[in-house]
Amino acid sequence: MKVLLGTGGSPDGLDALSETVERAREAGDELTVAVLDTSADADPDEVESRIRERLDELDFDAEVRRITGHPGSQLVELAASEGFERIVIGGGQRSPLGKIELGEVAEFVLLNADRSVTLVR
Amino acid sequence: MSGRIYPDEPVDSFPRPPLSFEDGEGRPIAIEASDAADVEALVEMYRAFDPADRAQGIPPIDESSIREWLDALLTEESINVVALHDGSVVGHAILVPDQHEAYELAVFVLAAYQGAGIGTRLLEGLLGQGQREGVEKVWLTVERWNKPAKTLYQKLGFETSNAESFELEMAVRLG
Repeated sequence: MKVLLGTGGSPDGLDALSETVERAREAGDELTVAVLDTSADADPDEVESRIRERLDELDFDAEVRRITGHPGSQLVELAASEGFERIVIGGGQRSPLGKIELGEVAEFVLLNADRSVTLVR
Repeated sequence: MSGRIYPDEPVDSFPRPPLSFEDGEGRPIAIEASDAADVEALVEMYRAFDPADRAQGIPPIDESSIREWLDALLTEESINVVALHDGSVVGHAILVPDQHEAYELAVFVLAAYQGAGIGTRLLEGLLGQGQREGVEKVWLTVERWNKPAKTLYQKLGFETSNAESFELEMAVRLG
């Protein structure tokens, strides 16, 4: 299956990457990682290098792409135009009290994608 | 979660625990300050908590996750108030510091004790205890559809501070 994972570099996105790689290895999925430009998080260069580091640690081959513009809509758009069968995103961050907070990208992708979305927890 | 807007004016003083009253069902209820020493009583309460009343993933369901969660919350810096009936904890309200010199608030009441005014008294006691300890800024998130909770928070002086995420965010200035 062609899988597209989108992350802006937050910890939940990197956790999602590790889990997705594990599944991809078992299922033989072809994984593409999209680096999203979410202003709240680190700069895209740094995010991209953290993603490549994680892929190296996991010893897994995946294409890493940069996406500019509105992160949610660009991720949904890329999935549709290049025939990805599933979109994977991080499961949100935790507040000081431990409440799960879904970000703007997750909300947009869940509501607007026309294919299955996996929210990794 | 920075960039949150707090009301300009602080609210009036809230009553400070210990407090006691009779709830809407005629049960004698005590509101008391609490801390990590009461963790076993809190674990008992959360084990009895109705999963349907959970919000945004808390409280956790199984006992070990409940203990892990409480361990992280019951620090020197957090402020805790409990509602007691017949010696058992039936409600818990907490202020947990964030990284911006403000506190996140949550309140939990066992299903059998809801709708009897306990949540209101718990929150008043918690905010009173917060004022006693010098807390100035408090925020919370609440599901948009949870009108009774939103109305209660408004009555206590909370105002909407961010309406652009999944959950509604509200904030109050205590001092």
